[in-house]
Amino acid sequence: MINRRDIFAGLAAVSMLAGAGTAMAQDSIVIGEINSYTGLPAFTVPYKKGWELAVEEINAAGGINGQMLEIISRDDTGDPATAIRIAEEMISKENAVMLFGTFLSNIGLAVSDFAKQNEVLFLASEPLTDAIVWSSGNKYTYRLRPSTHMQAAMLAERAAELDAVKWATIAPNYAYGQDAVKAFKSELLKLRPDVEFVEEQWPPVFDIDAGSAVRALEAAKPDAIYNVTFGGDLAKFVREGSLRFLFEDRSVVSLLTGEPEYLEPLGDETPSGWIVTGYPGADIDTPEHNAFVEAYRAKWDEDPKTGSIVGYNSILSIKAMLEKAGSTDTEAMLAAMEGLEVAESPTGPFVYRAADHQSTMGAYVGNTELVDGAPKMVDWVYADGAEFLPSEEEAAKLRPAE
Amino acid sequence: MSFYFAQLLTGLANASSLFLISCGLSIIFGVTRIVNFAHGSFYMIGAYVAYSTITTLDFGILGFWGGVIFASIVVGLVGLLVEVTILRRIYHAPELFQLVATFGLVLIIQDLTLAIWGPQDYLGPRAPGLDRAVRIFGEPIPEYDLALIVIGPLVLAAIWVLFHRTRWGVLVRAATQDREMIGALGVNQAWLFSAAFMLGAFLAGLGGALQVPRESVNLQMDLSVIGQAFVVVVIGGMGSVTGAFVAAVLISVLNAFAVLLFPQISLVLPFLVMAVVLIVRPYGLFGKPGSGHGPAAEPEQPMRLMSKGEAGLLAVFVALLALSPLFAANYTMVLLIDLLVATLFAVSLHFLMGVGGMVSFGHAAYFGLGAYAAALGVKFLGLGMIPAMILGPIAGGLGALLFGWFCVRLSGVYLAMLTLAAAQILWGVTFQWQEFTGGDDGILGVWPASWAKSNQAYFYVAFVLCLGGIWLLQRVAHSPFGYTLRGGRDSAIRAEAIGINLKRHQWMGFTLAGAVAGLAGVVFAFSKGSVFPDTLAISKSVDGLVMVLLGGIHSLAGPILGAGVFVLIEDWVTKLEFWRFIFGVIILVVVLAAPDGVAGGVSRLRGLFSRRTKDGEAAQ
Repeated sequence: MINRRDIFAGLAAVSMLAGAGTAMAQDSIVIGEINSYTGLPAFTVPYKKGWELAVEEINAAGGINGQMLEIISRDDTGDPATAIRIAEEMISKENAVMLFGTFLSNIGLAVSDFAKQNEVLFLASEPLTDAIVWSSGNKYTYRLRPSTHMQAAMLAERAAELDAVKWATIAPNYAYGQDAVKAFKSELLKLRPDVEFVEEQWPPVFDIDAGSAVRALEAAKPDAIYNVTFGGDLAKFVREGSLRFLFEDRSVVSLLTGEPEYLEPLGDETPSGWIVTGYPGADIDTPEHNAFVEAYRAKWDEDPKTGSIVGYNSILSIKAMLEKAGSTDTEAMLAAMEGLEVAESPTGPFVYRAADHQSTMGAYVGNTELVDGAPKMVDWVYADGAEFLPSEEEAAKLRPAE
Repeated sequence: MSFYFAQLLTGLANASSLFLISCGLSIIFGVTRIVNFAHGSFYMIGAYVAYSTITTLDFGILGFWGGVIFASIVVGLVGLLVEVTILRRIYHAPELFQLVATFGLVLIIQDLTLAIWGPQDYLGPRAPGLDRAVRIFGEPIPEYDLALIVIGPLVLAAIWVLFHRTRWGVLVRAATQDREMIGALGVNQAWLFSAAFMLGAFLAGLGGALQVPRESVNLQMDLSVIGQAFVVVVIGGMGSVTGAFVAAVLISVLNAFAVLLFPQISLVLPFLVMAVVLIVRPYGLFGKPGSGHGPAAEPEQPMRLMSKGEAGLLAVFVALLALSPLFAANYTMVLLIDLLVATLFAVSLHFLMGVGGMVSFGHAAYFGLGAYAAALGVKFLGLGMIPAMILGPIAGGLGALLFGWFCVRLSGVYLAMLTLAAAQILWGVTFQWQEFTGGDDGILGVWPASWAKSNQAYFYVAFVLCLGGIWLLQRVAHSPFGYTLRGGRDSAIRAEAIGINLKRHQWMGFTLAGAVAGLAGVVFAFSKGSVFPDTLAISKSVDGLVMVLLGGIHSLAGPILGAGVFVLIEDWVTKLEFWRFIFGVIILVVVLAAPDGVAGGVSRLRGLFSRRTKDGEAAQ
């Protein structure tokens, strides 16, 4: 008699046979890439240009271990469930050896959980959420971009140097905004126990009533403001705020506002002297970065944005990992990712920490300014991510037990 | 005191812009009964065109206002084009079917805007001459805010004059009250509808153009505004322009003061207000019950049990599905699971809409409740797959029991809007309550038990639960309870007259549909391994709505066909670049080719075929 287990065993065998036909004799390494290309094109299009450039350069130089790199890229339509289905398709149908990408935190988390369940390596390029490496971290997921916590800590360090004592915060009302405010508060209070937070505004993301929010902040008469809004909300906040003199004689520290994706649309309304994290683009004058900018301009006829650098560094990380692993076996790749060092990148060397799978790629901290009518970051320094992360022992404690 | 006065002015300025955005929607609905999802897209085009005109023709004050008017006219013409080429052909389709066409338009316009203007945001110039703040009682007030406070009532007055002092306006108001009647009096309805739709689009474009000095022009504008516009229109009473104005003032001023006390309330405030207003006044503040004369449609055919041949065909299909793991590839299993979930969700919504006659714009709430109940059961109670799965339909049913009690008191679009408000409030709670629901970061690790881990095994779980749910609802549709619901749908008065407690039956029907949606949510949660607030977002509800309407609301097979077509096309098309454009065009083609849905189209084809053969027999 045939029981259920036999049927499933048979099914498994059939499906493995079906997969085997296409898996044979591959002369390229197939990697799956998922991102919100229709949902958030302002950030993801430069990102795609960045990784396409890196893939082209690697393949032109003979590939990795003699094999060409082939990326299958798909739009997740902004929906975590669709992202999971695509991930499934990439693994089981297209024979991708690993996955990378995602921008939205919830999609990054969904794919990271999928990676854990299906035992496949996932490099989360862009999501900022702390959960992806800490509270929901897992063996199969690594993250490249400096996290919410790291960037908030970079700003808190600068904020502590100000005289300001009374602080107000404004952040979009969802996980990212909440995390960013929590991290900033705790880091700033560590450095300056005397500060107090007198007002919080939580506008809905992409639907800010900026006039009312600005006035509520003004009413609290803070010495300084911590801003987490971005994109369209940021533009509205800046315009309504400067119209109503909210920023007069007040310090503002602002998360991500120095990223060209968010800074450039502000045009000649760019507020001067905000302390921000971001990316000064072509102003970075190192041999590695100059070469990157030159190649990027030659290929795309525009300047790189933050997304471009994240996309480019994602592929550099994958290249370094594959060279170290010497195979596309998941266990070998996981072993290679642990403590992986990317010695050369446009933004300098960085390491994937073994304890919490976070890269030490940093961000640039500086001030916003209008230079010749164009918004820029000035007086910036590179903040190495390693200095704004908890120690590896502490970070390991933040992760669930394997 | 001066602070509160200034806060009031801020609220009024927002109210003006909210009114300008929404009044066109109200006019369009009042006259044509179209629930126009593309209204936000018209608004977005208005903003983009105005931005481009103002920045290219750098003419100062004249250039700015000229650009605003020009953009509004362009959008008006786009609206006219849409009405004449698409909507005019489907006015006779079942109620609400036109919203599928406008859903297709939203997708097309999104990709066209991306292709024309590129992905980056644009911050337009401030309005020349109105680019500073003046001090009123010592508080800075932007001059442009004051201009808006004037423009809003001016537009309201202009619409009032148009509606009350011109023959065209009299006809529009007559059409809002009783379309059948003015048709019978010999008024050219086609012309009237086109003009009303163009006016609505023009006003949407104006609303968008006037936002340029206030916010950046970006690709999220369309969807961020559409929810609010609906809320304003519903609170005011659909079709009432004055109502829209009062509602806009109510929401904006409330919000301006509420953020001072509860900074987190903005997310749900409009929907809270809408829920309260609808419970107190079922037709909105200024709305009146419709005449009861719907569009001239063919009387609905009673639902029949399947013939032997059809039942045989169905059995073959189900058997094929049951055996699919033997021959289909691994990924096909994943797609089939998604298909089963979508089908069950669509069937439960169809039970509500098609059988019960209660349109829901927020059915995803119960889908999401089911998914979250299971996920929370796994996370906090450490339940296994089967016990967690039992929680889902219970949660969905309880949620529907609660919200249904309020909803069944209303009817038509107002009922739909109250379901939307309920769903949005639930969504707001899951989105914000980070400690319990994980907020936007969701709940992870909701994977099937080890015996159901493989896609093939889980397919059988989904197969049994989803087909079971579908079978249950089809049985109920043909039970006395189902007949009662259908009787109430077709004539509430007669049903009441023969002693049926219709509200109670509808309430129970609502609850059953919610419980089955919760079951779909459970199957979904374990197939994806994680649950996020997206499961109860508007977009999920709209997907279900499109599946049901696209499939054909008058047939029990409709939602099944609709879900199949929707999921398979979406899976295929998203692999392409500019997939939204292609998807939108496909939807429009289906809508134009089969105004009674896919199921209606199929049965018409069959009717054509059998008539031919009969004719052939007669000739012999």
